Amino acid sequence: MTDEPLLRVSALSKFYGSRVGCENVTFDLWPGEVLAVVGESGSGKTTLLNCLSTRLLPSSGTASYRMRDGQWRELYRMSEAERRFLMRTDWGFVHQNPADGLRMTVSAGANVGERLMAVGDRHYGRIRATAVDWLSRVEIDEDRIDDEPRAFSGGMRQRLQIARNLVTSPRLVFMDEPTGGLDVSVQARLLDLLRGLVTDLGLAAIVVTHDLAVARLLSQRMMVMKDGRVVESGLTDRVLDDPRAPYTQLLVSSILQV
Amino acid sequence: MATPLVVSDVAKSFTMHLRDGITLPVVAGVSFSIRAGECAVLGGPSGAGKSSILKMLYGNYAVDEGQIIVQHGSGLIDLASASPRTVLSVRRHTIGYVSQFLRTVPRVSALDVVAEPLVERGEDRESARTRARALLAQLNLPEKLWALPPATFSGGEQQRVNIARGFITEHPILLLDEPTASLDAKNRDVVVELIAAKKAAGVALLGIFHDVDVREAVADRVIDVTAFAAGKIAA
Repeated sequence: MTDEPLLRVSALSKFYGSRVGCENVTFDLWPGEVLAVVGESGSGKTTLLNCLSTRLLPSSGTASYRMRDGQWRELYRMSEAERRFLMRTDWGFVHQNPADGLRMTVSAGANVGERLMAVGDRHYGRIRATAVDWLSRVEIDEDRIDDEPRAFSGGMRQRLQIARNLVTSPRLVFMDEPTGGLDVSVQARLLDLLRGLVTDLGLAAIVVTHDLAVARLLSQRMMVMKDGRVVESGLTDRVLDDPRAPYTQLLVSSILQV
Repeated sequence: MATPLVVSDVAKSFTMHLRDGITLPVVAGVSFSIRAGECAVLGGPSGAGKSSILKMLYGNYAVDEGQIIVQHGSGLIDLASASPRTVLSVRRHTIGYVSQFLRTVPRVSALDVVAEPLVERGEDRESARTRARALLAQLNLPEKLWALPPATFSGGEQQRVNIARGFITEHPILLLDEPTASLDAKNRDVVVELIAAKKAAGVALLGIFHDVDVREAVADRVIDVTAFAAGKIAA
């Protein structure tokens, strides 16, 4: 663990006209740390994620990122091209719906290889070998490498999206409901896989989820959002086992026991 | 040698916002310290707040008032006011915790569940597994179970995995929440031996043991939690 954060977010707000998307969000994220953002639909968690990943520009506030060379850069002052480059190399974004993060009409191998080519790799054999390696790490058989994701099940598509994102060894990955819409057994496999990858690669991640069990399994820290504001934050197990804010108590007490 | 753990004037209550904001006081004025090489036991009836105290010491419950001073690395930190990141670092290096129940993770083998705390501290996976095997063997967990995820194990088997996971590291402070609750006599004796070894190694231990035999075998002293009943101190 280094002593410097990877991402510093200060007083970030996003308004849609007079409506609040998210308001006055402040936090630091360190390398290797997984932060879960939880709350019900409409709480502003996806707006926050989109602002942090620069897919949306905030109305006010700042976010700084420590680049690989150690230099701090303000995200919202970078040029569009610089942000796109960051997104393709040092960052990943795992969408809830894999179709939003994959190219559905090119092969699985090309989906993974494309990100490598974006960072300048041109050697076909090496790209293919890396793609095969990553497919096996997300438990997709090598003989599916030439199939299009259209022919994959939902769980396989999600694993392919994860491979596509991680192949360039990003340091920060944004995930929007990564297990949403999957069967419970498929979810468990994906969670276990994500947990292993995050630990082995030392990734920092910001995971938006409404599922508190997902938050508990993947994250060390948690922020609870309601109506665009952070109502509680802290260690994940502390927030879940000793919730302090009224809304967090409601969320935790609403979990169905199996 | 510095005292590894000093608790002073700690208070805790729960506010139930969904029940018209009623406040349930748990404990107040909790003060004690644990020396290196000593095993102290929290005593008192169920509901006195023993588990709550352990959970505060592990950062799992928030602390309303008071200080929990821990010798962490070369410095002292107050766990009651520490940042989440500091608490995580304390858990990795300074305070270990054996809970009553194992929280199982799908698809991870018992062996890796036990080895994980060492791997997290940067130890090589194979040597961590070697130590995990030795501990599981000492706790008489059948070898055929080692490669299986513990989700389907019996209560006693899961607890032994949990104990092995808690005892594998060399944390200078170890918290034990009823580690022997669902064990048979033979395995209870193994846990008593493990605790004795930790004491000999200079670890400060604090535990809850309802089993009288185990408590008498390991306890150097009993801290009576009823003395910290909330409301009593203020009166």
